[in-house]
Amino acid sequence: MAIPTALPLAYDAATQRLCAHCGEPARGGERFCCTGCAGAYALITGLGLDQYYRLRGKAAPVATSDEGAVDWSEFTETLPDGRHRLAVMVGDLQCAACLWLIEHALRAQPAVSRVQLSGATRRLTVEWSGAVTEADKLVATVTRLGYRCLPAGADLAADSLAEERGLLRAMAVAGFAAANIMLFSVSVWSGHVNDMDPATRDLFHGISALIAIPAIAYAGRPFFRSAVNALRHSRSNMDVPISIGVTLAVLVSIAEMVQSGPHAYFDAAVTLLFFLLVGRYLDLRARGFARRTAQQLLAWTTRPVAVRTAAGLVHRPAHRVAVGECVLVAAGERIGVDGTVLEGQSAVDASLLTGESLPQPVAAGSMVHAGAVNIDAPLTLRVTAVGDATLVGEMTRLMEAAEQGRSRFVRLAEKVSRWYAPVVHVTALVSFFGWVTLGGADWRSALLIAAAVLIITCPCALALAVPVVQVVASSRLMRAGILMKSATALERAAVIDTVVFDKTGTLTLGRPRLVPPTAEAAAALPLAASLAARSRHPLCRALVASAAEHVARDGVREIPGQGLVCETPDGEIRLGNAHFIGLQAQDMQDYSVLWLARPGHAPVCFSFADDLRSDAAAVLARLRAGGKRLLILSGDHAGAVRRVADVLGVADWQAGIDPRGKAAVIAALKAEGRHVLMVGDGLNDAVALASADASLSPASGLEIAQNAADAVFQGETLGAVLDFLAVAKQNRRLAIQNLALALGYNLIAVPLAIAGLVTPLIAAIAMSSSSLIVVANALRLDLSKEENAI
Amino acid sequence: MTVLLFLIPVALLLGGLGIWCFVWAVNSAQFEDLDTAARRILFDDADAKLREGTER
Repeated sequence: MAIPTALPLAYDAATQRLCAHCGEPARGGERFCCTGCAGAYALITGLGLDQYYRLRGKAAPVATSDEGAVDWSEFTETLPDGRHRLAVMVGDLQCAACLWLIEHALRAQPAVSRVQLSGATRRLTVEWSGAVTEADKLVATVTRLGYRCLPAGADLAADSLAEERGLLRAMAVAGFAAANIMLFSVSVWSGHVNDMDPATRDLFHGISALIAIPAIAYAGRPFFRSAVNALRHSRSNMDVPISIGVTLAVLVSIAEMVQSGPHAYFDAAVTLLFFLLVGRYLDLRARGFARRTAQQLLAWTTRPVAVRTAAGLVHRPAHRVAVGECVLVAAGERIGVDGTVLEGQSAVDASLLTGESLPQPVAAGSMVHAGAVNIDAPLTLRVTAVGDATLVGEMTRLMEAAEQGRSRFVRLAEKVSRWYAPVVHVTALVSFFGWVTLGGADWRSALLIAAAVLIITCPCALALAVPVVQVVASSRLMRAGILMKSATALERAAVIDTVVFDKTGTLTLGRPRLVPPTAEAAAALPLAASLAARSRHPLCRALVASAAEHVARDGVREIPGQGLVCETPDGEIRLGNAHFIGLQAQDMQDYSVLWLARPGHAPVCFSFADDLRSDAAAVLARLRAGGKRLLILSGDHAGAVRRVADVLGVADWQAGIDPRGKAAVIAALKAEGRHVLMVGDGLNDAVALASADASLSPASGLEIAQNAADAVFQGETLGAVLDFLAVAKQNRRLAIQNLALALGYNLIAVPLAIAGLVTPLIAAIAMSSSSLIVVANALRLDLSKEENAI
Repeated sequence: MTVLLFLIPVALLLGGLGIWCFVWAVNSAQFEDLDTAARRILFDDADAKLREGTER
């Protein structure tokens, strides 16, 4: 979800020619860019929710009316009290105002009793009484506002949420017990100096035991369970020494208490659990967040499509259409299947699949793929592939395979803990037998010393060392507009030496803009814009946006894939490609062009270019200065890529490369031993994003790319790439420092414990201070200080 | 010092009450979406005005 950074867009009909709803350029002097937005605006004001336009931080998504007929009542569950509940995933949420709008729009429906929309998970839950079929109406309310709705599958995140809750409860219990026992312990410690009455001391030990034993039995379960599991598979992990240490400390302390001894370790055992639970909770939260974000993958290939059958037009989910059937795709609709065009002539925006920035003309016989948008005119397709067999489905599979490879990454903390546990056990055992055989101690005091060794070595600071740095790093990045999705991404990104960029939408803004025209063309601009205002083609919209004033002309016809034509008394005015106005197509591949032909004048030409992000050159120069190898991989044609590469001074570029090709280049780089960061925004980048060591995607990118990437950055600039790498590097440095601090603490504390010098007081001080030092060190992570360190 | 015998259980009881409240909050999903609630509060004003508006 976007953080509202921009100032609220105040709508002012008198001064703005932008759509009142979505902020896109509107045609002529009209208030809205399309009927969808007009409908959404009418709905919002009709419900008295016009506050939304003042509250929002970002413009609303363009409202569309192309949602097909999903039978939402099928996804509805009925509650015991007769009400119904529906869970949907809502796409295109921009800021908190979107949540406010959707919730209030639904609450305005009389039947609705409960609405909850989570900005973090994008899951919308609605409960209502009355007919099940209301479901369609409720969802329609949300779609009419311009938000996409998809059936929410099983709540995959439920497991991790339940685990998080369990840890939070355990943490609360352990924290409460630790604080209360510490009160008694401090009294007992000062009693050692001031000759406390042994009876009072025993009472305090007894109360401590009463608090500690149930608290440990409850809060220690996550560790005990994991330790038992590991032992059952004859492995050892971090939880084994923790469990043994805590259990041993409690047993020894009970024995001490019964024999009215002076020392008890109840406080140490509980404090240890508390600190460990803090570390574990932070770790799980970082990972759980990543997992929940991944759940938002929206499946294009299950959208309903219109199938032409003997009985007429039927809407069916795309994956249930048979190969060979005929499917009708309306203008403006996203295609849900792979197929060949049977009838119709149109332009298809396949930028999500190929990275090609401009719509491609299609006619009978052309191949089109699921995920592309049909722009101009209705098409009839013969289906060649559906569901997983489509190009999108194949890419999703490749992406998943690539992600599995990445999950083999071994985290820093795991590497340390692998050899840590055995060392701790051996040390404790050796000190026990050492004291019994060589030191001549009785078994009771030897056991007390062994327990002290286990407690003091217990990886209190070690368990906090890495998670706390990670949490601090992700919150710093969040403030810089970068949303971390993967918990291990920062560790992976710390060693990056190669950065691969996609072109369209990543290095560039992904929108064509009019190149300053010649004087002759500039004079013709108002006329051209008056035609262009009648089309939704990206080049036409760019032309309209740069014309100072124009009046949308009547009687303009659009010829799909060619251009616009308008009959006037003097003759025909045409706006379109070179072929359309009767010129030989020239090699103008560096630019996209529109020609204008009118009676009595020579044809004039308007060129368009996709602007680079404003800081692209600076960011790439900084990366190069930091010793990174830079590559551009684009699906666009060679001319466009060469121009961008030349401006940015990148020698290494490949054009016309398909999604698999991108992934192959990255695999080859990795085989050379390089560590690759991929930055991309399209579906055609998804596989590459998943197979790179680390990956970034702009928030303007396609959802599937954002899912494949480790982090998503917001805003119009590329500076986030530098921030990400800088924080990753700091994250690694601080994590290693923290591990070193934790181990250094052990080097001092363990000999003391083996020598039998550690009393409960010393154990408590050592453990708390080492944990605090580690946390304080992590807080040093600061984005602004390290601007130059890439 | 016998006052301790009275004060300690009272202290533990109050602390226990605190835990109970916290566990209740955790179980009613108040810690699951920390970000949305923080921003939603900014819209409370708008809500109040809206309600006034519809009542009038």
